[in-house]
Amino acid sequence: MSQPVDQSPAGTPLSTNRDAAVAGSPAAPAAAGEPAPAPRPRRSRWLGAAVLAVGGLLLAGCQIPTFSATKPTTTQGQDAIKLWQGFFIAGAIVFVIVFCLIAWAVFRYRRRSDAIPQQTQYHTILEIVYTAVPVVIVLVLFAFTFVTENNVDALPAPRLTVTVTGFQWGWRFHYTTKNVTVIGVELQDPQMVIPVHEAVRINLQSHDVIHGFYVPAFDFSRYAQPGIINKFTITPQSTGTYHGQCTQYCGLYHSLMRFRVKVVSATQFAAWVSTHHSSGPQKSVPTVERRALGKSTPSSTATPNSNASTHTSTAATYQTGSTGL
Amino acid sequence: MTDVIAPPAAGGGSLIPGMGTEHVAHAHEDHGPTGLMKWITTTDHKVIGLSYMITAVALFYIAGLLALGIRVQLTTPAGTFISFQQFNQLFTMHGSIMMYLFAGPFAFGGLANYVVPLQIGAPDMAFPRLNALSYWLFLGGATTMLMGFFVGGGAADFGWVAYAPLSTTTYTPGPGEDLWIMALVLTGFSAIFTGVNLVATIFYLRAPGMTMFRMPIFTWNMLVTGILILIAFPVLTAALVMLFADRHFGTMIYSVTGCHTVTGTPDAHACGSAVLWQNLFWFFGHPEVYILALPYFGIVTEIFPVFSRKPVFGYKGMVFATMSIAALSTGVWAHHMFTTGTVLLPFFSLMSLLIAVPTGIKFFNWIGTMWRGQLVYKTPMLMAIGFLFAFLMGGVTGVMLAAPPIDFFVHTTYFVVAHFHQVLFGTAVFGGFAGLYYWYPKMFGRMLNDRLGKWHFWLLFVGFWLTYMPQYILGLHGMPRRVASYPSNLGWQSWNIASTIGAFMIAASFMFLLANFWMSWRYPVPAGDNPWDAHTLEWFTTSPPPHHNYTHLPTIRSERPTWDYNHPQSPNIRHGSGRTRAAPGHSNGHGPGGSGNGAAPGHGNGSGMERREGPVS
Repeated sequence: MSQPVDQSPAGTPLSTNRDAAVAGSPAAPAAAGEPAPAPRPRRSRWLGAAVLAVGGLLLAGCQIPTFSATKPTTTQGQDAIKLWQGFFIAGAIVFVIVFCLIAWAVFRYRRRSDAIPQQTQYHTILEIVYTAVPVVIVLVLFAFTFVTENNVDALPAPRLTVTVTGFQWGWRFHYTTKNVTVIGVELQDPQMVIPVHEAVRINLQSHDVIHGFYVPAFDFSRYAQPGIINKFTITPQSTGTYHGQCTQYCGLYHSLMRFRVKVVSATQFAAWVSTHHSSGPQKSVPTVERRALGKSTPSSTATPNSNASTHTSTAATYQTGSTGL
Repeated sequence: MTDVIAPPAAGGGSLIPGMGTEHVAHAHEDHGPTGLMKWITTTDHKVIGLSYMITAVALFYIAGLLALGIRVQLTTPAGTFISFQQFNQLFTMHGSIMMYLFAGPFAFGGLANYVVPLQIGAPDMAFPRLNALSYWLFLGGATTMLMGFFVGGGAADFGWVAYAPLSTTTYTPGPGEDLWIMALVLTGFSAIFTGVNLVATIFYLRAPGMTMFRMPIFTWNMLVTGILILIAFPVLTAALVMLFADRHFGTMIYSVTGCHTVTGTPDAHACGSAVLWQNLFWFFGHPEVYILALPYFGIVTEIFPVFSRKPVFGYKGMVFATMSIAALSTGVWAHHMFTTGTVLLPFFSLMSLLIAVPTGIKFFNWIGTMWRGQLVYKTPMLMAIGFLFAFLMGGVTGVMLAAPPIDFFVHTTYFVVAHFHQVLFGTAVFGGFAGLYYWYPKMFGRMLNDRLGKWHFWLLFVGFWLTYMPQYILGLHGMPRRVASYPSNLGWQSWNIASTIGAFMIAASFMFLLANFWMSWRYPVPAGDNPWDAHTLEWFTTSPPPHHNYTHLPTIRSERPTWDYNHPQSPNIRHGSGRTRAAPGHSNGHGPGGSGNGAAPGHGNGSGMERREGPVS
């Protein structure tokens, strides 16, 4: 390739320089918000398409897809998912705009001559705009976040309280006022049963290391930590059995620390309570000695397989959002 | 101060007879031993920088291999490739090596060590022996961490964040964990000393005329990084010492062992605080993210202007954006702890969202730099553009994570894994290897092969998206991170396989880098002093530079001294909203902004001078 040669617009008066640039460009100056002019017709076509797309989504109302997130089955999860949808759309718009700007620069301004381009370094108005606009966007996003997080974290008076305890590597569900306790046997999934349409208070804690209580279908998770009791409310809106899992890495068998949440009708729940009532813990496995399963445990290859049968019941009812992405 | 200095020995044709290569070579030989002894005893920032880079890249390859092990394990739900314990060690060591031993040291120990003194016209770092100590501490720390694989019980397996109380001896009693802690203490001191060195060097050893606002953006970013290191790393070191005390001296700072009854009530007097570790760790950890990111922002900010043949767009805005990022980064740590239920959500959410603003400014600056340029697609530029796309995606999902209700359902899932890999991979890998391709000719005086570089880039780019986009979906579908097996009925396997294929593409791409190193070693192509027609001072000296870096310096009248020198006829610096600043090489008046200090404008140093020519472009 040839060597770049300094052409010398530098020698010409400044105004000529600028005029030449405008005249030489095929495009009219674009609106503020873009680093430099782009051809107007193309741009407004894009804008039109974007407005149509977003408008269409908004008109569709509650039909906005969950963009791959799990469809929520609790009131709290529905709040969170609305925020997610808003963030996703806002993020997608920003992504597309910036993506197009980069792509435009990359394809349009690939080297075409040896001329040294305009040595533009500052554009005060543009710089103010691209600082101020993101600040506004961020503040709007924060406002929605603030409202949503207060809804999600609200603690209304509970109809039912369950004390959930994570331990290496299982879960214990204690129904405080019902005198019912469910304990997961080593590497077997316990099942928490709760009634539908009722605000269920969860008091979450741990007796050893930090665990994460996560039910994808509730679109919610919270750490179970030693020394802290985390309180939150879930209000399930539909019956079914949902997959749950520890999300905070907690040692050797973290991968297998799963559980199920079964949401049933109020009458079924009452029946379940009466059959499990007061006979002490369902499976009295001492929780204290569990960490004896240390690093010396032999290869774990057999464990997932032996466990597979317990997951089959989850298969039918576990739902994921099938739309988006 | 000399205004007009003799031009340097040029790569593509020597201009000044008196400045021949013999003189340079002689100066080179005057200093100390050669061969291996030179590498061991040196206090030269360039040799130390190279040592850092070689070590860090080797560790990068090791950590990459560990990642492949992780990905192979996850191709099947049952996960039978390795045992759970081995898997836990793999992801712990993969994260630890990448975060502590590659991304940081490669940037501030390697590239910055090599480049910053050159960019500001200094003969060396401010404290050369401290600099050597930094490297040896780093090497010692890296070795200590890797030793974990060879002790009973294996390497550390509590995750790279080492959350207490999992990291106390009750749950992870092995020596591998102790080695991990000691390794981080060593590398922590190494980083602190490097931070001191960078800050002192940049404040005190700038050449005449190199005012703060004429420093290249890379140097600016390394200054801010140095300050951030001094803020963040001592906190980590202190937290680690306390963790070690919990493990071996019976303290109860994070430990909770034995302070609970089986039925639940904690005894407050006997309990340490598990959340304290998280606070301390992330008070280090989030500035650390920017310690890892800012140097790479600096690298691409060097590359975009050079390969667009334009100045950095919005130079001062860029500097202030960097400072804002650093300031905000010390106030966002608890966004890693939203799901602990113990932090003030609105404050940390707002701070985390706000950090998107200066980052966005940088994006517009990079795009503005390319806008209406003449873009040359050599490998460094391709890597830098790869960085833009990668970091854009990682940045957008980062904003989503700043909202606690969203974080609640993607926290510690593969969504987060995809997010931070896109951010860190985008910066440390695309940005880092962009820097390597860019400065390699300066370091060794020979080019890297551009065709192999492009193979490297395209495989890496495609592999990158194939690896991480499925992980977002997995996370949204509920797959937790750090699991060695997963239920087979949730539809996760196909996404995991896609991700694994991508990971192998990335691995394959790095074979091209090795081939490229071999090519340049075996069939050297001389680079000349300034193969890219670059802007900043380091391209003014020879490749590789002589022992004390410069025998001559050009007059520094702008943030582009080498460009000014080589392009006396360059068009004027233009202010897009109307004003125009005189190009520093011209005597047609003094414009606003930045050309006032130091050398008086008007001594046209080059009006009649030939431009130096490089072999490329």
